[in-house]
Amino acid sequence: MAKTFTIDGKVVPFEEGETIIQAARKAGVYIPHLCYHPEFKPHGSCKLCTVKVNGWQTASCTMRAGENMVVESNTDELNSERRTLTQMLFVEGNHFCPACERSGECKLQATAYDLGMMTPHFDHFFPNRAVDASHPDWMLDFNRCILCSLCVRASRDVDSKNVFALTERGIKTKLIVNSKSGKLGDTNFSVTDKAAQVCPVGVHIRKRRGFAVPIGERRYDKAPISDLSHEAAVEVK
Amino acid sequence: MNAPEKKKLRVATCSLAGCFGCHMSLLDIDERILTLLEYVEFDRSPITDIKHCGKCDIGIIEGGLCNAENVHVLREFRENCSILIAMGACAVNGGLPAQRNSLSLPEILEEVYCSMANGIIPNDPELPLPLNKVHPIHEVVKVDYFIPGCPPSGDAIWKVLTDLLAGKQPELSHELLHYD
Ligand code: SF4
Ligand code: SF4
Ligand code: FES
Repeated sequence: MAKTFTIDGKVVPFEEGETIIQAARKAGVYIPHLCYHPEFKPHGSCKLCTVKVNGWQTASCTMRAGENMVVESNTDELNSERRTLTQMLFVEGNHFCPACERSGECKLQATAYDLGMMTPHFDHFFPNRAVDASHPDWMLDFNRCILCSLCVRASRDVDSKNVFALTERGIKTKLIVNSKSGKLGDTNFSVTDKAAQVCPVGVHIRKRRGFAVPIGERRYDKAPISDLSHEAAVEVK
Repeated sequence: MNAPEKKKLRVATCSLAGCFGCHMSLLDIDERILTLLEYVEFDRSPITDIKHCGKCDIGIIEGGLCNAENVHVLREFRENCSILIAMGACAVNGGLPAQRNSLSLPEILEEVYCSMANGIIPNDPELPLPLNKVHPIHEVVKVDYFIPGCPPSGDAIWKVLTDLLAGKQPELSHELLHYD
């Protein structure tokens, strides 16, 4: 008999060592997340995936599943805290969706839709972050970075290039490029890198190919991010 | 005996630092505007050309705040409207005008007005002073409801208004909620 735990009352089987979010995905239960990606070691930084385990809050992408755990996820309380997290991400950067190439395909935007975010609520920081367009085929718009570290992990663990890094701490944390000039054009980054495919938002942009998919046909126009078809099609390879 | 005529809700609308696109979207409710007019009457609005907002049940603001006049108008709306709605991206988060926020205001004015020969920065006392940064309206007054979108669709605006008229908390489904 497989070991099991419950999420919002639903019985979920798991294998020893699996995290709650991994077991949930296999069982077809969506838990909101931004910094988690099934192909990478968890980072546990965005906290969108926070659930309650036996009454205690914890990140479901880093917490291992345990026998008979009672997990709450899709509750008003947790979703309202998740909504607050997305609002903070929106005001910390510059997210002008109408002019963003990733709009309609962006996980931050889609997650905010799914959580019913009608307003960013907080005062905007309006930070001043320069775009890096030094690479012939690739552009980095740091205004949209949510510091999920996925490109950092992909470049380090899959591409073995270490092109990206997060530096400084707390509210000052930022994404940098590992080259003397700090420019992407001075690295060995290539558009075929894994790091080029993992950004959940619109920082990593291929040049000369913006707005290729018409409004109405983009990934999250058709079905909300909580729809399980995305989980199968987009990430589980 | 005829039933007493239902008192209509009074609605005011205006465009601050916006492009009137959201008002165009409001008109996209098409013939439903006739149904709407059975329930509401318009106070200050581009539709009526009344210049100041009187006592209203609902105020609808398009656009954010880019100059001092925008702030005065917004405050007048807040004082007079029981319910204030931010309509569209610019009112909700600053939108396109706020894309100037990473540049300094003097730099922008110089670039726009002084880059040609004999250009001067307009300085007529009639002109409202620009704000240093463009702000969404919730950063200055309390806003009760938000309709995101650039612009929100006529259907989204219709949904929020009809929810409010029905005394319900407005909600937008996946199809109607978008930020672009
Ligand atoms: S990255 Fe996502 S949330 Fe940010 S502007 Fe682009 S579409 Fe909008
Ligand atoms: S650029 Fe994208 S993938 Fe990299 S840390 Fe920022 S949000 Fe994450
Ligand atoms: S997805 Fe778990 S902390 Fe980001």
